[in-house]
Amino acid sequence: MKKYKWIVPTLYIIFLMLPIYWLINMSFKTTTEIINTYSLWPQKFTTENYVKIFTDSTWYMGYVNSITYTVFNTIISVAAALPAAYAFSRYKFLGDKHLFFWLLTNRMAPPAVFALPFFQFYSSVNLFDTHIAVALSHCLFNIPLAVWILEGFMSAVPKELDETAYVDGYSFGRFFFKIFVPTIAAGIGITMFFCFMFSWVELLLAKTLTATAAKPIAATMTRTASTSGYELGLLAAAGTLTIIPGAIVIYFVKNYIAKGFAMGRV
Amino acid sequence: MNKTINQKAWLFVIPVFILVAFNAAIPLMTVVNYSFQETFGNNVFAWEGTRWFKQILQSERFHAALGRQITFTFIILLIQIPLGIGIALTMPKKGWGVPVCLILMSMPLLIPWNVVGAMWNIFALPDIGFLGHSLNGLGFDYNFTQQPGDAWFTTILMDVWHWTSLVVLLSYAGLNSIQPAYYQAAEIDGASRWATFRYIELPKMKKVLTLAILLRFMDSFMIYTEPFVLTGGGPGNTTAFLSIDLVKMALGQFDLGPAAAMSLIYFFIVLLVCWVFYNLMMKNEAQS
Repeated sequence: MKKYKWIVPTLYIIFLMLPIYWLINMSFKTTTEIINTYSLWPQKFTTENYVKIFTDSTWYMGYVNSITYTVFNTIISVAAALPAAYAFSRYKFLGDKHLFFWLLTNRMAPPAVFALPFFQFYSSVNLFDTHIAVALSHCLFNIPLAVWILEGFMSAVPKELDETAYVDGYSFGRFFFKIFVPTIAAGIGITMFFCFMFSWVELLLAKTLTATAAKPIAATMTRTASTSGYELGLLAAAGTLTIIPGAIVIYFVKNYIAKGFAMGRV
Repeated sequence: MNKTINQKAWLFVIPVFILVAFNAAIPLMTVVNYSFQETFGNNVFAWEGTRWFKQILQSERFHAALGRQITFTFIILLIQIPLGIGIALTMPKKGWGVPVCLILMSMPLLIPWNVVGAMWNIFALPDIGFLGHSLNGLGFDYNFTQQPGDAWFTTILMDVWHWTSLVVLLSYAGLNSIQPAYYQAAEIDGASRWATFRYIELPKMKKVLTLAILLRFMDSFMIYTEPFVLTGGGPGNTTAFLSIDLVKMALGQFDLGPAAAMSLIYFFIVLLVCWVFYNLMMKNEAQS
C-alpha cells in the first residue's frame, strides 16, 4: 500500500500538466496546422508566433503593462498592510474586530459588482487607463489579504521581542525596521507572493479600467481573439508566456509556500 | 497573546482604511444609489424605491442564475475538498519530491484566469483539442459548445484543475504541522490508517480545512472570467453563473437599476455565508 502512494500525486500532476502541454504544443504550430490537423506534437515546428509577440509592441507592451501594475500593487499593498497588521496583532483598539471583518468582506466582494462603479469613479478622477488605477483597484482584495496573512505571521512572534527591544532603548521605528521586519521576512515574502499572484491573474477589473495605454496582456489576448478572427497559434504563444512570471515567482518562494499557507492562513 | 489596549493603533490602520474605503465604500455607494433609481441617460435619475429589488427577487432569470450558481459551488466543494485532502495525504513528506510537487501543483494558481479559460477551450475543442478529440475517439458524443451537459462537465473539470491545488497546499500545510509524537502514539495503540486519519489528522486539519472551504466557496461563487472565456455562459444560458449574468445585465444591456439591485443581493448572500464561516473559524481559533 505504502509503496504505491506516489501514484496519486503523479496522476494528479499529469492531469495538471496536460492542458499546459497542449497550450505549449499549439504555440509552436501555425494557425493553419492547428485548425486542419490533430497531432500530439507540432508537425512543422515554428517559432513565428513568439517572434510576432516580441516584435509587435501592442503584444509585448501588454506584458510590460501587466507586470507594471502588478508590481505597483504588491508594493502598495504590503507597505500599507505592514503597520496595520502590526496594530491588529499587538493592540486592542476601538472597533478592531469590526474593522478586521469589514476588511475581509472586501475580499469577498464579487469584482463583477464593482466593475461599473470603478469605471465611473476612476474616469471621474482622471485615472482611467493608467497603471496606478489598476494597482489601486486591486488593493480592494489584496490589502485585506495582505493584512490577514501578515497578522498571522506577526502573531506568531512573541511579544517579548518588542518589550526587550524597548528596554534596550530602541525607538519604535528602529525596532520595527531593524528587528521586527527581518524577523518576519518569510511572512513578507509570502504576502508579496500572494499579492503578486492575485493581481497577476485578475482580469475583469484590469480590463474595465484600461483602454490602450495600460492594457494588460490578458486583455490584449481577448481582444485579438475577437477582432482578427481566431489566431489560435498566437493566442497559445501569448498564453504560454503569461505562465512564465508565475513560474519564476513560485521557484523563489517554493520553500515557504506550504508553511506560508498554514501560518498565514491563506 | 495578551493584547494591550492602545487607541493610537488606529494611526497604523489609517493607510489601509483610506485605501480600502476609497476602493470599496465609494463604488459601493454608487451601486446603492443606482439600485433605488431609474436612469434616463445624461445623468437624469428618478427615485424608484425598492422596485428593482422586488423585480430581481421575483424574476425567474435571477432564480435560475442563482440555482446554477449554488449547484456549481456545491459540486465544486464536493469534489475539490476530498480530492485535495486525498492528494495531500499521499504527497511525499521529505526529499526531492516535495519541491517538485509544490512547484508543479502551484502552477495552475498563477495562470491568468482568462488564459485558463482559453487554455481549456483549445484543450476541450471536439475536433482539435486533446480532451475533446480523445473523448470522441472513445465513443462519447462530446461537444461542449453545443451540449449543456458537456459544457457543465468541462467547466467543472476546469475548476477542479484550476483550484484543487489550493486545497492540497492548505491540507499539506495542516498535515505538516502535526507532531510526529501523535503518529508514534497511534502506532503503539495499533490504530488503523482510517482511525489515524479520523482521530488525529482530520481534527488537526480542521482550521485549514475551514479556511479552504471558505476560500473555495467565495471564489467559486464569484467565478466569472474562466467560464466566460470557456463557454461564454452558453450554450444558451446553461452555464451563465451569477457574475456572468450580472455583467451581461450591467454592461451589456445597461440596465443599471436592476443590475445594481442584483449586485447588492448577490453581495449580501456571499457576506451572509462568509459571516457564518468566519464566526466558526474564530471559534475554532479561540478553542485551540
